[in-house]
Amino acid sequence: MIPSLPSPRWLKATTLLYLGGFLLFLFLPLVTVGVFAFNDAEYPAPPWHGFTLDWFLGNEASGRVGLFRDEELLGSLWTSFVVACWVTVLSVAIGTLNAFLMERGRFRGREALSLLMLVPLVVPGVILGISILAFASRIAELVNDLAGLELEFLRPGLPLVVLGQFSYIAAIATVTISARLKRFDRTLEEAALNLGASRAAVLRTITLPYLRPAMIGSAAIAFLMSFENFNTTLMLVGSDAPLTIMMYGRMREGATPVLNAVSLFLMVASALLALTLMRRGERRDA
Amino acid sequence: MTGAAAPRLQARLMLGLMLAPPLLWLFALIVLPHVDLAVLSFRERLGPGEYGRSLEQYRTFFGEPLYWHVFVRTAVMSAIATLLTLLMAFPVAWTIAKLARGRLGALLLVVCLLPFWVSETVRTLGWMILLRESGVLPQLLYHLGLTAAPVELLYHDATILVGLVYTSLLFMVVPLVNSFESLDNSLIEAAYDLGASGFAILREIVIPHAKPGITAGCIVVFMLTLGNYLTPNLLGGKNSQWFTEQIYTQFITRFNWEQGAAFGFLLLALSTAMVWLGLKLSGQRFGDVMRRA
Repeated sequence: MIPSLPSPRWLKATTLLYLGGFLLFLFLPLVTVGVFAFNDAEYPAPPWHGFTLDWFLGNEASGRVGLFRDEELLGSLWTSFVVACWVTVLSVAIGTLNAFLMERGRFRGREALSLLMLVPLVVPGVILGISILAFASRIAELVNDLAGLELEFLRPGLPLVVLGQFSYIAAIATVTISARLKRFDRTLEEAALNLGASRAAVLRTITLPYLRPAMIGSAAIAFLMSFENFNTTLMLVGSDAPLTIMMYGRMREGATPVLNAVSLFLMVASALLALTLMRRGERRDA
Repeated sequence: MTGAAAPRLQARLMLGLMLAPPLLWLFALIVLPHVDLAVLSFRERLGPGEYGRSLEQYRTFFGEPLYWHVFVRTAVMSAIATLLTLLMAFPVAWTIAKLARGRLGALLLVVCLLPFWVSETVRTLGWMILLRESGVLPQLLYHLGLTAAPVELLYHDATILVGLVYTSLLFMVVPLVNSFESLDNSLIEAAYDLGASGFAILREIVIPHAKPGITAGCIVVFMLTLGNYLTPNLLGGKNSQWFTEQIYTQFITRFNWEQGAAFGFLLLALSTAMVWLGLKLSGQRFGDVMRRA
C-alpha cells in the first residue's frame, strides 16, 4: 500500500512486474517505429535486412525516396509548422486576455462566460470540425449570393484548419494561464502603483513576467496539440495536407519506411522540446 | 459629460474592447456553428435549392439499423475502453504518487507521459507494424512455434480497444496521480492500525478520496474515445464501424450535410449526456472538473 506499512513480498514483486509490463506497453510501439526506419527493406516489417539510411537520405536514383528528398512529405511538415505557429500565437494571446478578464474583470455574466470558455473542451473534435465547416460554407454562400464575392478563406483549407484548431486550443491556454494568474499576489502590483509606476509599467514589469512560465508552457502545449491534431483538421482540410493527414493517407495505402523516418524525426523533436521545457522549469525552481 | 463619468466611460470602453476577442471566439467558432449545425440537421432537401423543415434525418437514423447499431457499438466500446484505461492506470498512478519517493516518482511520471508527446498517428503506425500479419508479433509467435501460421492481429475489436486504451492512458494517469497525492498517508495508516484489510482501505478511503480525479479522468477519456477517428479507423479497418466514420462519410464523401449534421448532433448529445451523468454520479460541478483535468 504505502511505504510506511508492511507489505507482503509477493505484492512488491507484482507491483514491479506490472510496472515493467506497463512501460513495455508504452514504449514498444514507439521503439518499433524507430527501429524500422533503418531497415533495409521496402516495407516496415520483419525480418531485419540490415541497416540503411535510405529512408532518410535516399533519392530517386537509389529507387527509394528518403525523408529529406520527399518533397510531398517535407511540404506537409512545413504546412503543419505554419498552422501550429498561427494557432499558438492566437491561442496564447486570447488565453492571456481571457485570464485577465476572468480573474480581474467585474461585469455581469462573468461566471457564465467563464463556463462557456470550458465548453470547447467537451465537444468532440470531429463535431467542432463539421460545425465550423458547415457554418463557414453557409456564410461564404450567403456573401456570394448577396455581394457576388467569393471568400476563399471560408472554404476548406488552411485558414479554416487554423480556426478549427484554435477554437478548442484557446480554451486550454485560457485554463492554464488563468490558473497561474489566480495565484498571483496582487499586493506586488499595489506596491508598484504606490511607488508611482503607471498601470502599463506594472503590467509590463511585474504581471506579465510572472505569467511568462504559464504563457510559455501553454504555447508549447498549443503548438504540440496543433501539430498532432487529426480529428478537426480532417474535416476542414483542403488541398494542402498537414503532416498528420498526409501520414494517415499513406498509412492506409501501405507505406514505405519513410513514414518511420518522419516519425522518428518527430519523436526526436518532441523529446528535445520536452527536455528544454523541463530544464527551464528546473532552473526556475532552483 | 461630468468629470466623474469620463473615467467610468473609459473603463467600460476598455472592458468592451477586451471582451470583443473572447466573444468573437466563442460565438463565431463555437456557439453559432453549433446552432447552425442544429438548424441543418432539422432540414430536408426537397429539390434543387429547396429545403423544408423536417425530422427526416433523425428518422433515417432510427429507421436504418446500421446507423444506430454503429452508434450503440461506439458507445459501448468507448465505455469498455474507459473502464480498461482506469484499471490499467490505477496501479501505475498509485505507484507514482505513493510508492516511488521524491525524484523517482517525478521521473516515473515524466517517463509515463513521454509517449504522448508524439502524435497519435505515429503511435498508431507503431501498433500497425507490431500487429499486422507480416508484422513483429505475429512473426514472433510463428517463429516461436506458438501459432501454425502468422495470425492477423489487426482488424479485431480487441485491437481497437488496445489502441484506444493506449491513446487514453495519459488523460487518466495525470488526474489520478493528482488526487492520490493529496490523500494523507496517516488516514491509511490509521485504517490499517484499526485492522482494515487492503480491500477495505481501497473501498472506504482511497476511492472516495480520489473520486473527483477518477471522474475527471473517466469523462475526458470517454469523450476522447467516442470522438476518436484515427485509431478505430486504422486499427479496425473495415470492421471498425465507429460513429465518427459515419459522420465523415455523410459530410465529406456523400456530401449529405443534413444527415451528417444530425449524426454529429447525436454524438454530441451522447457525449454531453455522459459528461452530465458522470458529474451527477460524483456530485461535482462542471467547472471544477474541467479545470482539474
